[in-house]
Amino acid sequence: MREFKIGKPTRAAYGETLAEIGEKNKDIVVLDADLSKSTHTYIFAQKFPERFFNFGIAEANMVGAAAGLARCGKIPFCSSFACFMVNKAYEQIRISVAGSGLNVKFVASHGGISVGEDGFTQQSVEDIALMCTFPDFTVVAPADEVYTRWLIKEIAEREGPFYVRTQRPKAPIIYENKNRFEWGKYIKLETGEDVAIFSYGLTVSECLKAHNLLKEKGIKASVYDAPFIKPIDKETILDIAKKIGKIVIVEEHLKDGGLGSRITSFLSEHYPIPVKIIAIENTYAESGKPEELFDKYGLSYRKIYESVINFIKTNTL
Amino acid sequence: MEIAIKEILTEKALNIRKKIIKMLAKAGSGHPGGSLSMVEILVTLYFGEILKYREEDPLWEERDRLILSKGHGVPALYAIWSEIGWIPEHMLWTLRKLNSPLQGHPDRRKLPLLEISSGSLGQGLSVGIGMALAGKMDKRDYRVYVIMGDGEMDEGQVWEGAMFANFHKLNNLTVIVDYNKFQLDGPIREILDFSPLDEKWRSFGWEVFEVDGHSFEELKEVLGRVKDNNFEKPQCIIAHTTKGKGISFMENNNSFHGKAPTKEQAIEALKELGEESPEI
Ligand SMILES: Cc1ncc(C[n+]2csc(CCOP(=O)(O)OP(=O)(O)O)c2C)c(N)n1
Ligand SMILES: [Mg+2]
Repeated sequence: MREFKIGKPTRAAYGETLAEIGEKNKDIVVLDADLSKSTHTYIFAQKFPERFFNFGIAEANMVGAAAGLARCGKIPFCSSFACFMVNKAYEQIRISVAGSGLNVKFVASHGGISVGEDGFTQQSVEDIALMCTFPDFTVVAPADEVYTRWLIKEIAEREGPFYVRTQRPKAPIIYENKNRFEWGKYIKLETGEDVAIFSYGLTVSECLKAHNLLKEKGIKASVYDAPFIKPIDKETILDIAKKIGKIVIVEEHLKDGGLGSRITSFLSEHYPIPVKIIAIENTYAESGKPEELFDKYGLSYRKIYESVINFIKTNTL
Repeated sequence: MEIAIKEILTEKALNIRKKIIKMLAKAGSGHPGGSLSMVEILVTLYFGEILKYREEDPLWEERDRLILSKGHGVPALYAIWSEIGWIPEHMLWTLRKLNSPLQGHPDRRKLPLLEISSGSLGQGLSVGIGMALAGKMDKRDYRVYVIMGDGEMDEGQVWEGAMFANFHKLNNLTVIVDYNKFQLDGPIREILDFSPLDEKWRSFGWEVFEVDGHSFEELKEVLGRVKDNNFEKPQCIIAHTTKGKGISFMENNNSFHGKAPTKEQAIEALKELGEESPEI
């Protein structure tokens, strides 16, 4: 099977990049809620203690304070686990940040079910859906450390609110020989004309492995990394829909309100074609090794491969 | 207090109350009780030489920040700003109407003069904390004032903030509680009695003051002390007030918490406030 060099977790790349850009940009302040060792904001905290604030286990207060800091011209980066920051402080994000038009960067760690053994309370399968509800928010989920480093530098420079979903496990390196990306665009990783697969985060490498299995069966799949969940890369989606005509979306998230539902609602208005969404359906996950969870919930390369085969069968005349 | 200043403040408070009544009657909805109970607090802040601001530059960087955490009381703030000239008077009568910058609850996206949007109770103190931190970091000497309701004390976020502000010695932060003894569903003591409130804030490490929230003397004295003294800790001013203050049939009548006066009630109210032949 296809091998990847295993890189750092995307959360670690976030922490390192933050500490790097904090050097030049003195407006950057970092807020955490007693998870800085996990979100990796501790690196910034060690380097710039006067610009780091630990709120204790009080996410609502942290988000409100981020709004106040932004209102005074600071660039707050706010971090915690995805499940806690998004779910606990959803309403503070709504009123104090989104509804006040403020420039706050939310970078959560532990997105998805690859959190693993800790079980469903620490996993996050709805963060992307929830964060996409805020007007003017940009929602991005990087696949590896290389993309994460580029992304964090970009959002620090760009005005406006962001949600970035990083993840716990070490991430396979997707971009060994690349460190520049086009803002808002999906990235083609494999070319094939039978079906196109879109994914983000840790499942991108699973899709690439599935691509190889499919190839052995004579099925040629395009594979795209689709880190931008809001806004989606409409141009690429439309182009692929027209050229290939069959799309599969794989995501470590609930089917409701994720990338798949955003792409399908776009396509159903502009260019209806068969779409298969491989995602977590109407449930929370559980404890287990990340690989085991991926397999049980349909996100391992084998399961992706099987789903794609079925999808192609049912949609070929 | 000098008589001249007291007269000016009294006059302002009267104008503000008239405007509140007219705005709400014209809008046909809104929150008279909690707008009227904090009139003296706002008048003292803005016209009693407490808040630092520039009439000609409302977003002056060195301004003191005022956050209306109890966002439903915003008609009182709009009325104050129209007295200063930041809002034209005719705009007041667009309150709660389609396309008006004067939203039913503060919306900073529509009215950039506002420090923050509010209306979901419990959030303002945290925002104030962020501003106080920024002030400390940048070595600016503005102060941050957060006005909260007594019912608002129920929210857990308030106490997250209280704990944090004390720990970080945010002495540039002042909370003012409009302690009018009522929340939406009824008297505080029947819904969720949190007394003694002063001891709660004190035990969270805050400097606590209690005043008559309708007395300009007491308000100006305590706000002046807070402004001039360099306390080590954040301060909480518990202002004892009367919900619906100034209109006899609204005082302590919680049915006016979230119900605007009818045209007839508004005319009666305006007569009480000294208008001879009021019109709505
Ligand atoms: C989080 C939240 N829950 C409920 C409401 C609805 N609400 C509006 S005003 C109010 C009562 C507020 O009481 P208090 O803070 O004492 O304000 P005041 O008496 O000054 O009007 C409630 C429950 C709200 N605005 N925010
Ligand atoms: Mg009250």
